[in-house]
Amino acid sequence: MFAYCADPKTLEGFQWLSCYLTTGTHFSFYGSFLVVLVLLFVTAPVALAFGFGGAMAARSPAAPLRWLGKGYMAMVRGVPDIVFFLFFIIALDQGFEWLMHQVRCPDWTDPIRQGLEFRVCPQAKIPPNAAPQMIHQIYNFGLAVVTFAIVFGAFAANVLAGAMSAVPRAQLETGEAYGMTQGQVFRRIMVPQMWIYALPGLSNLWLILIKATPLLFILGIQDAVYWARELGGFKSQTYSYPHPDWRLWYFLGLLIFYLLMTRVSEIVLGRITRRLTHGQATAAGEAQRKGALA
Amino acid sequence: MTCWETVQAYGLRSLGYGERLLPREGYDLCQQFTLIGSGLIWNIYFGVLALAAGFFLAIGLALAKGSSRLWLRKPADWFVFVFRGSPLFIQFFLAYQLLVLLPRDGIQLPLGLFTLTIGTDWVTKAWAGALLVLFLNTAAYSAEIFLGALRSIPKGDLEAADAYGLTGWKKFRRIQWPTMLRLAWPAYTNEAIFLFHATTLVFFSGFPAFQQRGDALYYASFFAGKTFNPFVSYPIVAFYFICLTLILIWLFGRVNARLNRHVPSNARVRRARLLPQIVR
Repeated sequence: MFAYCADPKTLEGFQWLSCYLTTGTHFSFYGSFLVVLVLLFVTAPVALAFGFGGAMAARSPAAPLRWLGKGYMAMVRGVPDIVFFLFFIIALDQGFEWLMHQVRCPDWTDPIRQGLEFRVCPQAKIPPNAAPQMIHQIYNFGLAVVTFAIVFGAFAANVLAGAMSAVPRAQLETGEAYGMTQGQVFRRIMVPQMWIYALPGLSNLWLILIKATPLLFILGIQDAVYWARELGGFKSQTYSYPHPDWRLWYFLGLLIFYLLMTRVSEIVLGRITRRLTHGQATAAGEAQRKGALA
Repeated sequence: MTCWETVQAYGLRSLGYGERLLPREGYDLCQQFTLIGSGLIWNIYFGVLALAAGFFLAIGLALAKGSSRLWLRKPADWFVFVFRGSPLFIQFFLAYQLLVLLPRDGIQLPLGLFTLTIGTDWVTKAWAGALLVLFLNTAAYSAEIFLGALRSIPKGDLEAADAYGLTGWKKFRRIQWPTMLRLAWPAYTNEAIFLFHATTLVFFSGFPAFQQRGDALYYASFFAGKTFNPFVSYPIVAFYFICLTLILIWLFGRVNARLNRHVPSNARVRRARLLPQIVR
């Protein structure tokens, strides 16, 4: 990056370090932190939407829909989340290709599962074989996002279903007494009030989501863990920047990154809690009111 | 190969007994159930030992965190923050790199007449290294739970203890400890369940599976990779873990019932259930 970096072997001390930390691969490493942040900010709303749908389904008067919602909520409780990650990343991929196969090659006669292989017609490959590497990476990342959203949606559904039933029944009855329909009661009374009950659970979920992002590595995404392993490994004299095994320091860096993320999130979530507690008929809301009066 | 032969060959494969090589063909249901079940031994091993040891460290940490002495409270605060604030996955990687740094040929301890050599190669193995991480991790999470319980012990209980002249250790042992456990137990059950789930991470995170002796998920992903079919092996792991979770919930429920046996509301519930039979 700097002009004096032309011949790294002659450099020493701080200059060497400044050149070392600004190599192309290091910028990929820094970029991978952005990947983590993008994953967080894309997944969180999608997972919340999944959770909202799941919670609504679990409270539905129609039995099949209710079973679906309850089953979705129960799935994360008994089984490790990482099993779902490993499962969905392949299952979704194969599912999409199978759908494309049905649409594009309706007269294909060979079975799709041949022994140990999964074979769809070439037109049904997602993304197409000839697509540039970039498209493949984006597609894989998209799959990872959907996988995260499904799993964390189930967690969120648990939290939101609890919050929905925590809204005082009397409030909903008041809405009904004013002649609101069920939909209106849901939209105007329940949804605005449920958030304060959902917030502790959702805050917790956000922290869990942050801590789940390194699992991207297992899903084959080139994330921060991948680069930390790549860059930290022993580099012999054939490399421009030879160094011994520094993986410990790279992982220490990752650890500090995650600790900072957690700390900042905790502070922000604390502020949001205080904001949402304002004017609520809960113990904390009451305490806030009395504090303001005094 | 009949199913019974498969069980004999791979039933204890994860511990290194039986067939030396993993199966190269077949991959039928029996094989998958056997090998994944064999891997589950490791999940249970990690879960049970980490939980048992972590329980005591957690109570110590909770007391230290709740202490008014700064030199006790600060280290406990930091310990809990580091282990709860960072991903377990990264902790595994970091711990492995740290443990590898220990001198290869052991640490020499001069003890006057002779030198004691402590071997260090075993700590980088998953059974010791990963167990250590899981132990510290669950201790940190449980400490937070126990601290919360310690803080919500009814004021009246503590005043009663003071009135009876109980102090120090006696007060803790007879009043605080039982109530703390009782209050913390539902949350601690949750923690236990998620700890067992976390044990599946071990062999995906730096710790090598020596001679392909892995846990349930390790073998499941082996099968999924070989057959390119996730719809068989992962549901099998899920099935095993659901069973494990149900057993855990039952066990912890028994303990919970015992911890709450003196609480009057419980007794009333039990009596209410018995009444109809007496009337009849």
